[in-house]
This record gives sequence, C-alpha cells and structure tokens, in this order.
Amino acid sequence: MTIPLSGKDVASKIEEKFPGSVVESSQDNLVVKGNFLLDAARFLRDTEGLDLDFLNFVTAVDYYDHFEVVYWLSSLEHNHSLTIKARCYDRENPVLPSVVGLWQGADLQEREIFDLFGIKFEDHPNMKRIFLWEGFAGHPLRKDFI
Amino acid sequence: MEIKPAGKYIYSDIELDREEGQVIEDLKANSQEPIPDPDRWLDEKLEQNILLTTVDALINWGRRSSLWTAICFPACCAFEMIAANGPRFDLARFGMEILRASPRQADLMITAGTLTWKMAPNVRRIYNQMAEPKWVIAMGACAISGGIFASAEYAVVPGYNRIIPVDVYVPGCPPRPEALIYGIQMLQQKIARRKNIDVRKLLER
Amino acid sequence: MAVRTEPFVLNMGPVHPSTHGVFRMRATLDGEVVIDIEPVFGYLHRGIEKLAEQRTYTGITPLTDRLDYISSMSNNLAYCLAVEKLAGIKVPERAEYIRVIMAELQRIAALLIAVGAFLNDCGAYFTPFLYMFRERERIVDLFEMVSGQRLTYNYMRAGGVSQDLPEEFMPALRKFMDMMPRFMDEYDRLLMQNEILIARAKGVGILTGEQAINCSVSGPVLRASGVNWDIRKADPYSIYDRFDFDIPTQATGDCYDRYRQRVEEMRQSLRIIRQAMEQLPSGPVRAELPQLIRPPTGEAYARIEAPKGELGFYLVSDNSIAPYRCHIRPPSLINLTALRDMVRGWKVADLIIIFGSIDITVGEIDR
Repeated sequence: MTIPLSGKDVASKIEEKFPGSVVESSQDNLVVKGNFLLDAARFLRDTEGLDLDFLNFVTAVDYYDHFEVVYWLSSLEHNHSLTIKARCYDRENPVLPSVVGLWQGADLQEREIFDLFGIKFEDHPNMKRIFLWEGFAGHPLRKDFI
Repeated sequence: MEIKPAGKYIYSDIELDREEGQVIEDLKANSQEPIPDPDRWLDEKLEQNILLTTVDALINWGRRSSLWTAICFPACCAFEMIAANGPRFDLARFGMEILRASPRQADLMITAGTLTWKMAPNVRRIYNQMAEPKWVIAMGACAISGGIFASAEYAVVPGYNRIIPVDVYVPGCPPRPEALIYGIQMLQQKIARRKNIDVRKLLER
Repeated sequence: MAVRTEPFVLNMGPVHPSTHGVFRMRATLDGEVVIDIEPVFGYLHRGIEKLAEQRTYTGITPLTDRLDYISSMSNNLAYCLAVEKLAGIKVPERAEYIRVIMAELQRIAALLIAVGAFLNDCGAYFTPFLYMFRERERIVDLFEMVSGQRLTYNYMRAGGVSQDLPEEFMPALRKFMDMMPRFMDEYDRLLMQNEILIARAKGVGILTGEQAINCSVSGPVLRASGVNWDIRKADPYSIYDRFDFDIPTQATGDCYDRYRQRVEEMRQSLRIIRQAMEQLPSGPVRAELPQLIRPPTGEAYARIEAPKGELGFYLVSDNSIAPYRCHIRPPSLINLTALRDMVRGWKVADLIIIFGSIDITVGEIDR
C-alpha cells in the first residue's frame, strides 16, 4: 500500500528549512505560500527519506475567493505519497511559480490549468492555451463561468 | 580438363509421358470449336436495341455501390465504425471497405463523434475538399445534436448540420454497427432516387 | 560545398490516419529528421470536468464511459472507487470480483487495440488490426451480456455493479478463456520474430527510466522502460492483493519493448481472470444506497492501473449531491509529455511509430 505521509510531519520539516513558508497543515495535506512553493517542492523531491520524485497530477480548485492548486506527489522508491497545495487570492491575475523545472510531467497539466482556470505559471516554457483556441473569452472551469 | 564419366541416370517411366501426351491429345480433340460467349445475349439484345434504362439509374447504381469513406473519426463512435469495417460486420459487402485518408478520393463522410468548435473548421475543410457528389452520415447522438455533451456549449457544436449538410442521421450513443449499416442502406436508397440529369434543360438546348 | 538548409514546419493532423483520432502535431524538420515537435490538443475538448460539476454522483458515470472510450469499464471502476472513498461506501464481495473480471477483460480488449494500431502504424496496414478486432469482438460480446452496450458500458455503480451476471455469462467467459491463449500464441508466431517489425521498432524512440519518472509517465510505457511500478501491486485497490500475478518489465524502453510489454500484460490479465473466476463468491452485487449520494465535505483521490497508465479521479465534495470539483488524471495526456524527448533526432517515419507506441485516446487527453 502507498502510505500517505502526514502533512504535519512534513510541514515541520519544511518550516525548519524555510521559516514562514507553511500556511497550514493537517493530517492529509499541507498548504505552502506561493512564493515558497518552488523551494518547498525542491526540498520534497531531493531530501533523503522523502524522495517524492513522481508528480501524479496537478490540478486546481476554484473556491470563489481563492484558487487552490493541488500537487499530488509520490515516491516510487519508498511508496509513499503527499498532497501539497498552494493558494492564489488574486482573481484577476493569479500567478504561481511553475514546477516544470523539477517535474517535467507538470508541463501539459500546468498549461491545462492556465487554459481552464486562468492561473499563470511563471517560468513555464510554453504558457499558452492548450484545449481552447486563442481568443476564447473566459476560463471554463472557474465557478463564475457560465 | 577431364570429363568424369556419366553416372547412372534415373529415367522416368515412359507411361508418365504417355499420360501427359494423352491429356494434350484429348484437349486438342475437344477444342476444335470456339467456346460460345456466355454473355452473348447482351450483344443480341444490344443489336435489337432493347436494353433500356435511364442514365440516372445507371449513374446512381454505380455511385451507390461503391461509397468510399473519408477518415473523419473524432471520438467514440469511430470504434463502432471500425467494428462495422471489421471482420464480423464486414462493410466490404457494400463495396466500401476502403477508408480513404485523402478526402479527394472519398464520396461519403461518416461523422463518427463529437464535433467541437476547435475542430469545426477542419471538418468544413475536409467536406469542401471532397469531390462532388458527396454525402454525409451523422453517426451518433453527438453528431446529431451534441448528445450528452450538448450542455458544454462553450466547446461542443450542437450537431454537424451547423457546419455541413447531413443526409442521413443514425441515432445511438454509439449506434451499433447494424444501425450504421441500416443507415448506409437508407443513404443508398436516397442516392437511387437522385436526379442527375435535368431533362428540361437538355430539351431547351 | 555544404548545402545551406533550413528547418521547416510539417503539420500532421488533426485528421490523419495515424494520429488515433484528432490529435495534431507541428513537427519541425531538418530534411527528414525531426528536430522538435509540438503537440496541439483540444480538438475533442468536450468539457467533461465542467459537466461533472452540474451532475449528481450517479449521473457522472456515463460521462466517464466516454473518456477513454476503448476502456470504459476501467474508467467506471476508477470513478466508482473515488466516490466510494469519498463517501465511505463498502462494496459487496461478489461485486468486487465481478469488477476485477470486467477490468481485466477490458485491459485485454484495450491492449489488443493498442497493439493492433501500433502494428498498423508500422506499416502492416489493417491486417493485424483485423485479427485484434476479431478477438475484441468476443470480449465486447461478454460485456454486452452484462450491460447491453457494445462500447460505453456504464456497468459499475458506486457501491457495486448495476446488475448481476446473467446465466450465460460464465460459460461464455470460460470458452473465451480457453480460446484466448491460443490466439496470443498465434500473434507471437506472426509478429514476435517479424523481420520488419524488429527493423522498424527495435532501438527506436528510447525512453530511459529516469526520464519516464520525471515526465510522470505511467502504465506499460513506464514498465517498458524498466521501472517496476504497477498500482495493482504498489497500491492495491479493490481486491487485487488476493491474486497472484507478475509485473512484467522490459529493459531498454524502445518501441519494440513497449509492444512486448503490452503482449505480456495481456497474459497476466488472463491469469488474474482465471483466479477471479475460481474464487467468485455468491451474494449481493450492490450495496444498499440512497438514490442521491451525499458524501461529507472533503476530498479524495482514487487511482487504478488502467490499460494506458495511472487513471485517477480527484473529487472534492461540499456535502451536496454533485461534486464541487471532479478532476480526472488522464494517463494519455501525461504520457505524451515524454513524446518530445523521444522523437527528437528520429525520422518522420519513426515519429509515427513512436507516437503509436505510446498508445493514446484523444477522448481522454482533451476530456
């Protein structure tokens, strides 16, 4: 069985390394600040004992007042998994750092989030619409899109 | 160079040669008259000028008996379409086992799958590239009305008839191959009734 | 004297016989060599994730059928597992076994098409495809017995399956199980040592294990690159921990290995089905559930080893009758991340084979 890592334990490790980076943490997941996302992600991937080298999926959820981007990571070596999240409160121009440099698998999925939610990922090599055509008005998976 | 003396050869039985010779002789004896042409009656009737049909019927018969399909398989229905082409349902019976990758060589478009607005210009283009005369079968609920995806209005075209004229609608999600074959037969009936030559115009000339 | 050349862009698709649907690539070529490709998606974007937010939990199952339309049963299973995880539903024993039988039959059917289409791309135009379709029709017959449909089955429900197996199902399945190994041997005789297949596929489009993991590749493509990772073993869902089966892996990760991998996996699926048939208990096939499921607020991610890779459903519930968010992790889309690295430096003809060996379904890519 894949063991879900405790968000609290990992959060304390990240907090130790990057103070002030964790917003909140629970048994299931942890939320990091957007500007610390890349550091935290690199820490999770490269730290001995965590080795979260496989990015299962990236997605976003629209909670009206903020967007939550969900990263589901797992380690093929230790067979454990972890969910980390980052939030954007800016609805007009939400921005988060891209993790393509760490996990190439995020490439197409981040483009998908940009297309359907309008969240921009900084430093993504090819940040443009993926499913809908250029010139399409709005982002369909936002809750206020009709 | 010294030539080695010949070894002991094995000669075949003379009877075999005789049998083969007999076959030739028999055939020769039986083939003194030319074999009559089994389709000779055609010539006779033609000489009497009584093989009558309309040009329309002849052209339509030719057209409906070899409908070649253009490849335009966006989604799920494609697999029922391929299954209809496959070993069990065997569309080759209708002279249409060939799937043409080039629309220029096709007369029939079977629109197997959901059409999205992003895909719509391409479908219109394929249709325009097909040589006249051409027909379209809308296969499946998505092709007819958008089906269960019709409420995703931002991406899905509610039916191919917004983009191209459709001749036959085959309902189902997806339609069974039998249904598709029935639809093709309906199209063949439709083609059979088509008027290709306007007699009035000919008379005016 | 050196000839001055310049790269040019070749457009392939969205309507092209080798792109398995409406997939499109912009390939930049130097002569015949592919320098770079850019996949273009979205020609079948039907807004399934958006539609799911407007439907009840039970009403989403028909949508999942149409994701990866050649493995509808697997999609049903993944979705139902996610709902069950979210709502804490217990599934009766018999239903679990039926689910495993269906999922593994579906794996064989989908892999048959994958192998047939791959060989089609290799140049054996339509002949292997017809062979594969002959066997697929038998599996489709079995599915038709239980669900009444040939392609979009909509058979599994949260809490079990929609109805029990009909009387004639088990004899028919037994007959199929007797026949299938012989057919598999026939394919091996036809294809395994085939000179043309080896010449065209061996050593072409190599994907290393590290690259595959970094690109989040899963399924047969990952295992063909030598990574022993199968969710059925690593994170057993349903009742897969009760069966005895192996995870075949290949060494180099070229196109031929991916083809071999799929053939081996079909054999393992047959093993699982045989065990499930023997152990199949009697009893109810569906848990007692209210008409409208109302899971508690929270989120759940359930994943299965679909024929194409890791298929997962990430559901967020706000304690209403429809999910607040339904995200689908599409193996086809994510496996294509690696395509660019795999095709660089190969010829255009190899591009078709490498693309075919990844095995995609556009319905799942675009959703």
